[in-house]
Parts: sequence; structure tokens; C-alpha cells
Amino acid sequence: MAQVKAIVLRATGINCDMETQYALELAGAEVQSVHINRIIEDKAMLEKFQIIVFPGGFSYGDDVAAGKILANQIIHHLSEPLRKFIDDGKLVLGICNGFQVLVKAGILPGNNSTKCQEEVTITYNDSGKFEDRWVYLVPQTKKCVFIEPGRKIYLPIAHGEGKIVTKDTASLEKLKADEHIAFKYVNENGEEAGYPVNPNGSVDSIAGLTDTTGRVLGLMPHPERHVRLTQHPRWSRYESRAANHEQRTTDGMTIFDNAVKYIQKNF
Amino acid sequence: MRQWRFEIFNRAGFSDVHGSSVLEDIRELGISSVEAVQSAKVFLIEAEFDEDFAGRLGKELLADPVCEEYYIGRSAAPAGLAKATLIEVHLKSGVTDPVAESVTAAISDMGMAVNNVRTARKYILLGDISQSQTETIARKILANDCIEDCVIGNEAEPPSPHLKPYELQIVHLSLRNLNEDELTALSKEKDLFLNAVEMQAIQKYYAELGREPTDIELESIAQTWSEHCVHKTLKSSVDMSIDGEQVHFDNLLKETVFKATKQLNKNWCISVFSDNAGVVEFDEDSAICFKVETHNRPSALDPYGGAATGIGGVIRDPMGTGMGARPVANTDIFCFGEPDKKLEDIPKGVLHPRRVMKGVVSGVRDYGNRMGIPTVNGAIYFDDRYLANPLVFCGDIGLMDKDKCFKNPQSSNLIIVVGGRTGRDGIHGATFSSGQITHEYETIFSHAVQIGNAITEKKMLDVLLQANLAGLYEAITDCGAGGLSSAVGEMGAELGVEVDLEKVPLKYAGLNYTEIWISEAQERMVIAVRPENLKAIKKIFDDENVESTVIGKFTDDKKLILRYNGQEVANLDMDFLHNGVPKYSRKAHWKSPELAEPNIPEKDDYNDQLLQILSSYNVASKEWVIRQYDHEVQGNSVVKPLTGVNNDGPSDAAVIKPKFNSDKGIAISCGMNPLYGDIDPYWMALAGIDEAIRNLICVGGRADRIALLDNFCWGDCTKPETLGTLARAAQACYDGAIAFESPFISGKDSLNNEFTCDDGTTIAICATLLISAMSLIDDINKSVTMDAKKAANLLFVVGETKNELGGSHYYKIHGRLGANVPKVNLETAPEIAKRISTAIADGLIVSCHDCSEGGLAVALAEMAFAGGVGIEADLRGLPKGNDCSRIDTQLFSESNSRYIVEIEPENYDAFASLCLNLPFGQIGKVTEEKILSIKAQDGKAVIELDLDSLKQAWQKTFNW
Repeated sequence: MAQVKAIVLRATGINCDMETQYALELAGAEVQSVHINRIIEDKAMLEKFQIIVFPGGFSYGDDVAAGKILANQIIHHLSEPLRKFIDDGKLVLGICNGFQVLVKAGILPGNNSTKCQEEVTITYNDSGKFEDRWVYLVPQTKKCVFIEPGRKIYLPIAHGEGKIVTKDTASLEKLKADEHIAFKYVNENGEEAGYPVNPNGSVDSIAGLTDTTGRVLGLMPHPERHVRLTQHPRWSRYESRAANHEQRTTDGMTIFDNAVKYIQKNF
Repeated sequence: MRQWRFEIFNRAGFSDVHGSSVLEDIRELGISSVEAVQSAKVFLIEAEFDEDFAGRLGKELLADPVCEEYYIGRSAAPAGLAKATLIEVHLKSGVTDPVAESVTAAISDMGMAVNNVRTARKYILLGDISQSQTETIARKILANDCIEDCVIGNEAEPPSPHLKPYELQIVHLSLRNLNEDELTALSKEKDLFLNAVEMQAIQKYYAELGREPTDIELESIAQTWSEHCVHKTLKSSVDMSIDGEQVHFDNLLKETVFKATKQLNKNWCISVFSDNAGVVEFDEDSAICFKVETHNRPSALDPYGGAATGIGGVIRDPMGTGMGARPVANTDIFCFGEPDKKLEDIPKGVLHPRRVMKGVVSGVRDYGNRMGIPTVNGAIYFDDRYLANPLVFCGDIGLMDKDKCFKNPQSSNLIIVVGGRTGRDGIHGATFSSGQITHEYETIFSHAVQIGNAITEKKMLDVLLQANLAGLYEAITDCGAGGLSSAVGEMGAELGVEVDLEKVPLKYAGLNYTEIWISEAQERMVIAVRPENLKAIKKIFDDENVESTVIGKFTDDKKLILRYNGQEVANLDMDFLHNGVPKYSRKAHWKSPELAEPNIPEKDDYNDQLLQILSSYNVASKEWVIRQYDHEVQGNSVVKPLTGVNNDGPSDAAVIKPKFNSDKGIAISCGMNPLYGDIDPYWMALAGIDEAIRNLICVGGRADRIALLDNFCWGDCTKPETLGTLARAAQACYDGAIAFESPFISGKDSLNNEFTCDDGTTIAICATLLISAMSLIDDINKSVTMDAKKAANLLFVVGETKNELGGSHYYKIHGRLGANVPKVNLETAPEIAKRISTAIADGLIVSCHDCSEGGLAVALAEMAFAGGVGIEADLRGLPKGNDCSRIDTQLFSESNSRYIVEIEPENYDAFASLCLNLPFGQIGKVTEEKILSIKAQDGKAVIELDLDSLKQAWQKTFNW
């Protein structure tokens, strides 16, 4: 089996690169963390990798809007190599700020058409402030290679601009019909509900999106922050200890494991 | 060149969260006539592009295509709204505008050059608002006078910020013929904050040199000798009278706090009280460093900016310790006036405590979160004596290589300034923070406010870590108080320095050489680099767009030589600069106050009192604050600040796991209780130490690897009675450190926290000692949390409850202080800490919580509602002193060194044998029924409340 190679993209203000690299390594990938300036200088370098991850942080201070400046940089310098990356059957993951970048660059939910940028965006939380809290997510699709269908997972969010909105109800219906919705925020029993179950006021409780291929995933919650048992907020309680015994993979690791397994199987 | 104006509004149907939050603030201010607020972003772009490109810019970059729309030019006032007031907030000229910088870069990515970008915010207030209300809203909510200007109405654009270039003019000041009064007057006129004795020492130095000082020399001396930089008061000799008994200290700090560290002489202490942070061993390869700073004055003037630069500044301390550490956790502790204070009771020149609190929290949030450093521990304390002098303590912990804990600058090394550019911001910050403030300072010292930009610091951190790994520099330090003057001056103290000031990169033209030298512009570090490494290190910086500039070199003549365009503007002896400050002798006085215990009638039950204490500002849940901080970035969290079955109980301390490949952890905590200081600052300090240590122990921290930090925030210590309280606290630091064998590794003081109101009255803060603490955890998998876990488990109290309600929250809700301040038994307290730590390491304890503010009753309530399980307690099992017969004393006494632990029944024997000879007893058990009940000796319930009522009381106060 060939070694899976992943690249974690760094840029000014990105700050979740180390733990994202660690999570990918735990999943068995060989990982390089590379500054965007190096990729712009040498676009062909992307060809060496099969997974690219846009990690969380505050790229360029989230100036103008979250992820906007980095998205603009990608549109004007890297859209072709990224298009090719996806067309080659490789995987793209955007977490938190990385998700915002993918949406604002038009890579999610659609396929780099300028139109999808005019239909879906991510904006300020209804609460008007940054919040760090844990949320339950249920998958909404079977086609996204990162996701274990049917498994409810528990991850933390940490953002001020995570509310997904669509231009109108028609755009929302299209997202549903084309199976772009990857995850929804739910409560412990798997039901949708208001704040804080849906922590930012996202339309239809949407927490993450995938593209038409199912090989691009973006989500606001942080899977890389739940890759060991002791990151769970209640790991010190009996019920978590018992659950952890049954279910050996932590919820966040499922995303990284699935990505690496997919590449191992298909490349 | 064409000036383009873009206005970005929310599209109809999409919520305007900024407008709504401004409206909420206006309502809080008591103005009800504003019906709605619309907010807009404004971009002023000076460039040679055409209408087509302007349209693309609006559509593709400036406005969100879904939820926003753009106008080119000025939008008309919204149709159909007769009463609309427009307010635009612009940055003052020279203030850094990071968004403008990002937009400039983004437009260049789109293939277009621009000459200048500025940003502003526009607010449209709807409703019938008077002119004075508009001005109040502008001043109190929308803009900060220190850094922003308001344009009210639809008038002209504010002036362009282009500033004139500076032309060199060397200024000499004449000291030779001045008498004492004239020297003092000069010091005051130039904001030097030097007293007559210091001015005379300077006069004498220049008389010997046979010349007069230049302005920059005098400023360098003032910065270096400021209270903020050299801690004159704490290092002075003190003649003290303690209740009539005379004590003498040659050097107060050296004979108390330092002395304990020296005497304990722990081999795991690597670098203490010498570098920017204290350094201790972590494991075979790594060390950890910890520093806590205050940023009080800037936060009083500009809560958001002051707190942001407070956290930004303290992060640079570990970054500038040894050869540089990687920050792994932040802490923050605040002291504010009570947030429900009436507007008319706020003195002139003081911001409302609610505004201060919101601003400070947002500042720490925005800077800390952007840096990608988890904020894991903190506390907030409320007292009206903090009204005019809020206290903002920010801490940072860094991880570093054990073999890179020391710097080694050498002569002929190049001096390189890295990171942000130098501007006029923060001039006189070090001296300003050393004096008292008055109602006029808002205007006089607006230039002392620093402007932070976390992203500049983050990208500087990224490249410095790479340069450190590559071994490309010899020394590093941060530009903090005193700017380049302090950073370069200290690094070259044993060598000598030559700097060409015109080489320092500036944010804008017009700064004179002195401003360049003393500016406290943020996000700058200074490194010493061998000339042969220059190319390699520059490449690392350039590769990630971080500016770095050679500004001079280190020499070996022990002189400070400063030039501007080749002309010498300063030539000072390093020895005089660093050792010339006159030594002080001060008088201190302590007389135990004559206080009495109140006579509060006993009651049948204490449900109301418990609920009232749970709702009180100091005890109530701070979840509103904690959730705004990212406490999980870096993936290192183990015990989070909020814990329990619903993730909302109050953790005693944070635990982090700083290395991916090791299960070794760090526990981080703090302790502070200013109310006890009103009775006796000695016991206040010991209570702070005991509390910080208890918190570490509760999560599983090792008792033999505890390191402490002190932050003294006091009033005017030229008053003997004020210095007396400080000396008393310092003595307690010595006694506590020795008893717990826990050395102090770093400390800082902020004195003169007094405010003179316009009527001449003075508000001094209460004596405030913050103790921060950290310890190691050998295996983080053995950490425990404070939430009660499972029905049928047993609950024990370890540690004795005494008649110690003085300064307690129980007395506070009765409006009384009392006399019996909680003391610390220096023999049993460390022993209890050790045994609990061992019991946790042995896996005998499933939850552990200490008794602090509100005593036993509050601690039991917190354990129960955090765990979502009931507790049945019986006061007959409480280990207590003979003087402790009253029920309210047993419930609410704040005696130190007490822990409540939850044990599984099968571990009873092992735990009991471990606690042999300690005061301990079974207080009760965990139950299924969601009720806290505490029974008195006669079997009658004195507390009986369901968990929902308890939790609601605790959560409602800051449900903002």
C-alpha cells in the first residue's frame, strides 16, 4: 500500500495547523505543513499529495469577512491546481476557517462555479460573539468519503462566524436535493433544536457541506480537537469512560481515518 | 488619484448582528428613543482603477455576495425614515488599520495597485434622538476617543492621514543650573515620572560629563528607571513597624519572595526572576515558562485595546524568554467595579464597569483567539474600589527546549527588530503606568494607549520558532514597556550598543528619534544575530512576509550610542543607565485594625443565604466570559475551565498536555481574595497561596513541583500604611513558599493604583495580590474534575473548618466584614495537599473540589449541580474546631486547606489509611435524587434545595 501524503496549508493567521497535522499522522498519513507562499511559488508541488487540509484559525485576521482574504488569494493564484486536485479524485478538507475559505472561494458547495458563492455563505453567529462549545453532529449524506454514515459524533466548535445562510429557500432546497449537506447540529438525542444545540443559527442546522463528488468536505466543528479520549469534555465521568471502552475510535478521528483509508483504497 | 468610497450593508432579510449589539448597548445606557440601529462597513480607497473594476471589487471582495450589498459613493439615508442620525467612526490618523492592509494585499492579488486604503464604520440610528444623546452614544459606545474620531451627520470625509516627514533637530535640555523644584517641574513637564532625588542623580552624572543631556538620553533614563521596569519600591529598603514592633529590610523583595526561592533551591528551577518569564523543568527535553503581567492603566482608558495589548504583550514574554518558547496556554484574571452601578455614580473620567468588563473580555478574546493560544484559566473579582482602576492580569505559559533556556548575545552581533512597525502608539506607557491617574488622564495620556494586531504577532511567532529551531540567533527579547529603549538597552547592558534610529521601519512618517526609541508599538521583538547568519534568517522572515530590519549592533564598550542619519543623539554609560537609579529607603507601617465579629441571628435554614452567595458576582458562573475564549485550540486541553455532566461546572484548575507524544501534563491555577486583605494582608496572601495550590491539587497536580508567581497591585506606596500592607503580604509570600516548598519563579508589581476624582477625592484599590500557580501531572489520564460522579459514592472533607467568617461572602451578603480572617496552618496545609495529591495519583479519588468563597455549602452545591447528582450531607461528619458550633459558621466559613473528595465505597479503607492523622471526616454521600440536603447535628435539614434552583441561582447573574 502506497504511503498516503497529506498537506496542511498554512497562511498568515492560521493556527490549528499543528493539531491537524497530528491528527492526520495518527491516521497514518505522512504530513507536510506548507505555507501558501511556497505553493504559489511552486504550484506543481500539490501533485505529490492526495489530501489537502485547510485548517482553522483566523487567516489574515478574518479581515473583511472570515476566510475572505485567503479565499481571494486562492481564487487568483490556486484555483486551477486545486480544481485539478479535486478532478484527480483527491480529497480536500476545510475545518472552521478552512471551511469558510472553501465556501468563499466557491469550492464548496459547488464545483468552483462563481454561482455557488452567490447562493451560500457563512456569516456572524446569531449570538454576535465567538463561542467555544461542544456540539453533536449527525451525517446527512452517504456519499461523502470522510463521513461514517449514521454515526452521530461529538466535536467542539470555536468560532464567531459560523452561521451558514443561503440566498433564498430555493438555494436551500437545492443544497438538500443535491446532497450537499454533510452534517447537521443536533442534541444528544439526535434532534434538531435552537441555540445552543445549533450554536450559531445556521439555516436548517447545517454544520458542514460537501461538494457533488463527496470528496470535498467543509465543517465548522473541529474534528482535530477530538482525537484522544481525554479531549472529550466529560472523559473523567463514568458514562464517557464506559462509552470509550465500546467505541475505540474517537469521534474526530473518524474523519481523518476515513480520508486516509479512502486514499489507500483508491490510489 | 481618484478617491473611491464603498459602503457595505446587510441585505434585507439577513440579520445585522453589529447593529443589534449596538442597540442593546444603547438601551443599557438608558436611552430608549433609539428604535433601531443599522451598521455598515466603509472602505475609502485611493487608486487609479475604473468603474468596472470598482464594481468587481465591491462584488468579489468587499461585500459578501449572499448577505451583503455594496454602494459606491455615499448611500442615501434609508427611504421613509424621517429621523435618522448618521455617525461614522474613523481611526485617528496614524492608528494602525490592519483591515486596510489586508484589503491592499487582496486588491493586489486581483492584479490592481492601490495608493491608500482606509476603513471606517457607519451607523444609522433610527428614532428621535437629541444631539446630546447622539454625542453620548458616539462617545460611550461607538468610538474610543483615544484611537477613533466620530463624524456625525453626512458631512465631509475626515482628513487623509498623510503625515509630513521628520526633519532632524537635536534637542538638549539644560539641567545644570536647576534647583530641586525646577528639576521636579521639568520631570513633570516632560512626563518623566522621575522624582527630585532621581533628577539630582542625573544632574550629577551630566555635571561630571561636563555637558547637558539630550532629550532622548533623559527619556532613556526615565524609561529604564521607571517603577514599571525596575520595581524601585519593592526593592527599596524598608523600615517597618508591625503593631509597634520594628522590622528592617535592606531590600524588601530580596528578603521575602526571592529569599524563599533561593533558600528552597529546587533543582527543577531553571531560570527564576532573571528573564522575561520564570522557567522550570518539564521533562527530560523540555522546560516550561510562565509569566503574568498587568495592563491596568491602558485598560482603564481603552478596555478593548488595553486588554488586547495586555495579552499580546504577555505572550511576547515567553516568546522572549531564553531563546524563545512556544506559547501553549493563556490565563486572565480581572478585577472590576460591580457591573450594576448607576451611571450617575461613576466619577468623571471613568468608564462604566460593565463597559470596562465587556471591552476587556472582548479584547482578550480577540487577541488570544487569533494567536491560537488556548485561554484556560482565570477569575473575575468585583469590588467598587476597582471602579476607576480596573485590574487586568494576563498570563502566558510557554514550552521550550531545555537546552535553550539562556541567551548569549555577543559583541558584533547585529541588532534586528522583527515584526510590527514602529508608530507613535504607546509613547510613555512605562512611565505612565507607574504614576497615579486622574480624571484628566483620558485626554493627557491618550497617546499611551497601544494598538494591537494579533495577526502580526502570530506570523512573527511562526517565523521566530523556525529561526530558533535553525539556531540562527544568539538572543531574543520582546519590545514591551519602554519599547526599543528597554529591549535593546537590557540585552546590551553587559556589552554596549550602537543603533541607527532612522533604520527602524515606521508605520508612517513624522516620528522624531526619541519617539522611535521609546514607542511601545506592539508586536515587535529584538534579536541578536551573527553577521554570517543574516542572510539565512532574513530568508525565513521574508518567506512568510514578516518584516525584519538591522538597526545596529552590539559593541564591547558598555556605551549606549544612538544616532539619527549619522548624527549622535545619545551617548550614555550602560552602568549609569542600569545601576545609577538611587536606592530608596521607605517607611512602612502596619497596625492590626480593631475589628469585631458581627452578631448575625441564627436561622432555621440557610437556603436563601446559599442562593444569594451563589448569585453573588464573585461566585456566580463566568460561563458568559469563558465560552468567548477558545480554550481548546492546539488540541492540548485535558481539564477544561467548564466541566461536568452539562459542561458547565466550575473547574478548579486547567490541565493541558503540551506535547502530542507525551501524557505528561501541566496544571494551571490562581488564587486571590482581596477581602481578607481588609482584615490582614498577611493572611490574605497566605490564603491566595493556599487557594492556588488547592486548585492544582484538586485536578491531580503534583505537590512537589508547584511553582508560584506573584502580582502585587497596590495603591500609593509612598504612604507608609499602604507600603505596610504590601510588606505584610510579602512576608506571607516567604512563609507560604517555604511551608509548601513551592518557590516563586516570577513576579511583577503595579503600584499607585489610585484615582483622583474631579472633586479631589481619591479612590485607591484594595490591596490585591494575585497568586498564579502551576504544577506537573505525571499522567494526565489520572486527572480528576470537581463534578460529583455517581450515586452511592462517599464524600469526605479533608481539612478543618474553623470559626473563620472574617472577609467571607456570608458576611459580605450581610454587609459586614468581621474579624476572624481565615488563617493557614503552615504545618498541616502542605501535608493535606501532599496526601490528596497522592490519593489522586493512586486512583482513589473520583472527584475533588476545594472549599473557597462561600465555604462548604457552596462547594457541595457546585459539585452536585455540575455532576447532575444529589448530595446528602450531614454536618456531624465535618471535621471542625471547638469554636465552630454555629451552623452558619460550619456552612459558610472560608477556612483554608479544605478539600471535598468523592470516593468509591470499596476504596474507603485505602483512602482512610492515607488520611491517617489528618483532620478528615465523612460528610455524606452522592445520591440519585437531584437535591442537595445538608443536615445539622440534630438531624434537621439546614439546606434543602433542588439542583435546578441552585444552578439557576449560580448562572443567572452573568446570563448576558
